[in-house]
Amino acid sequence: MNSGEIIISVEELTKVYDMGEVKVHALRGVNMNIQDGEFVAIMGHSGSGKSTLMNIIGCLDLPTSGEYFLDGVNVKEMNKDQLARLRNRKIGFVFQTFNLLARTSALENIELPLLYNPNLKAKERKEKAMNALEMVGLADWQHHYPNQLSGGQQQRIAIARSLVNDPVIILADEPTGNLDTRTSFEVMEIFQELNSRGITIALVTHEADISQFAARNVMFRDGRIFKEKLVTKIKNAKAELDALPEEDDNF
Amino acid sequence: MKFINLIIIAVRSLNKNKVRSLLTMLGIIIGVASVIAMLAIGQGSRQSIEDQISNLGTNVIMIFPGASSRGGVSSAAGSAVSLEMEDVISISNDCPSVKYVSPVARTSGQVIAGALNWNTQLYGIYPEYLEIRNLEIASGEMFTETDERRASKVCIIGETVAENLFDEYTDPVGQKIRIRKIPFKIIGVLKERGQSGMGSDQDDIIMAPFSTVQKRMRGSQRDIQQIYASAQSEEQIQDASDEIDELLRQRMKLTKNDDAPYMIRTQTEIVEMFTSTSDTMIVLLASIASISLIVGGIGIMNIMLVSVTERTREIGLRMAIGARGRDILRQFLLEAVLLSLLGGILGVGLGTLSSTLVVKFMGWPVLVTSYSIVLSFSFATVIGVFFGWYPAKKAANLIPMDALRYE
Ligand SMILES: Nc1ncnc2c1ncn2[C@@H]1O[C@H](COP(=O)(O)OP(=O)(O)OP(=O)(O)O)[C@@H](O)[C@H]1O
Ligand SMILES: [Mg+2]
Repeated sequence: MNSGEIIISVEELTKVYDMGEVKVHALRGVNMNIQDGEFVAIMGHSGSGKSTLMNIIGCLDLPTSGEYFLDGVNVKEMNKDQLARLRNRKIGFVFQTFNLLARTSALENIELPLLYNPNLKAKERKEKAMNALEMVGLADWQHHYPNQLSGGQQQRIAIARSLVNDPVIILADEPTGNLDTRTSFEVMEIFQELNSRGITIALVTHEADISQFAARNVMFRDGRIFKEKLVTKIKNAKAELDALPEEDDNF
Repeated sequence: MKFINLIIIAVRSLNKNKVRSLLTMLGIIIGVASVIAMLAIGQGSRQSIEDQISNLGTNVIMIFPGASSRGGVSSAAGSAVSLEMEDVISISNDCPSVKYVSPVARTSGQVIAGALNWNTQLYGIYPEYLEIRNLEIASGEMFTETDERRASKVCIIGETVAENLFDEYTDPVGQKIRIRKIPFKIIGVLKERGQSGMGSDQDDIIMAPFSTVQKRMRGSQRDIQQIYASAQSEEQIQDASDEIDELLRQRMKLTKNDDAPYMIRTQTEIVEMFTSTSDTMIVLLASIASISLIVGGIGIMNIMLVSVTERTREIGLRMAIGARGRDILRQFLLEAVLLSLLGGILGVGLGTLSSTLVVKFMGWPVLVTSYSIVLSFSFATVIGVFFGWYPAKKAANLIPMDALRYE
């Protein structure tokens, strides 16, 4: 990976959920940088604060204290509309549950973020959406509705949607959480492919073998980063896929 | 966010739920359609009443006898006389704004021609009555003043009477008929006039000289049942009416404030009376119909509220990929407005169609005006904005994280 400039930088980030009687400390001082072109996997027990961090990085939520710079911009100083704009132009989000619009074709789902960008013409939107669809290898499925697609395919459409606006980073919160091993590997293959084209990815996962497809692993425990390591032998998803036994072939 | 993008988003959303969109629109469709149909029926009947009244004649003034008798002296019951022959003569002599005057003696009875008979009404009138009422003779001729003076037993008959007494090969003019056993000679047939606004047949009538009917057919009664007059011109209707009133008061020795034993009605007053009643009816019909429009609007609000709740995750997703609160607000508002606009268009179609059907099958007078279309259409849009606002605002105020997590 080319080690470029720092695009995500968080300092002493805390997040406290005030539940009235109890205060939940979801983040207790997190320091972390992500460089341009990196592929980071975030791991940790349930409730350790991974999603909370992802949501703050994704500008869906604001920290209680601490600093967060996204692509050189101090997010704390942004108002609601500016945050929406940041999400629209700089972030791509992939969810565990896909979150595709029902009864809306694959292509229209991918096009959706671009509709909130007034600078793009209809033709550009279609082109970009088509390109993104090709990148996830589903060009022939553009007119299908989500309910006509397998889980893996739906997640690939969701990935296409996350990259259609050329974000500085794609954030994926347990993108393989709802998928079986084989489809998980297929999704990881796409992430690796995108990363090799220079797209920065931060991904949350519970599964140790999934984390081995990323270059760097960050371990969370109790709202703090507890361990961090570079993956010495990064696994290749395509090779792993080929090595899988044939019998649970989907096609 | 560009407006065209907003439209794309809203149309796609509505398109996803076609049946629900249609059901939501149904309230508006029915509301708009009923407003249009109600206004059409109201306006149509108003138009036909106006036509009817102009049918009454030209610058007509009617004088009816009242309940009390002349001079306030109550005579024996039944013999109360409030209008007499001298009144008619004075009106024609002493009222400069009055053009024609005719007393009316009215009775009814059986008419026999050969083997056929028919029951109809008999009017005793002056020849001028035709001018006052705008009536015309289709064949034959009108009786004259000489007939009036002599109380001749001649008459003119309406088309319905002619049809019922004679076959199509017989010319009624010159025929002899017996009205309540008294022989009359038909000298003319009235031009057909059709039904009146109240549904009575205006051609079912026989007219004879006033003196003939008054003296020969009404027994001992000598009172005038009604006087018809006409003013010189439309502008002089009020003057003529005032002159008649003054004259009659003078003749009856009444002051201005006394209750008069007669009633004067001008054509203008009758027009006003009927149009104001039909205006009231139109307002009543329209307000009943607009209640259904409002109910339709509440239906839209209801569905939009359900839809906001149901689509909370969708809203969360839209926000996560860059929709601002106001984009969401506009989307839901536009959805509501599109629903009511589309409902409005379909409603206008349905309303016009049903109005046409009413004309065709019920024979009611119906008039669809562009005014009623514009009215109901803009009403529908206002309802869309009004009832769409609250759910849209609710959607826009959702916090992206909470909306995304919503189960
Ligand atoms: N909206 C919220 N309100 C209150 N508490 C919350 C909220 N979101 C998260 N928390 C709490 O913050 C802590 C961290 O939650 P978070 O979702 O970040 O965990 P996680 O590491 O993503 O777990 P998992 O692996 O199960 O997804 C948890 O204790 C959780 O209960
Ligand atoms: Mg989580």
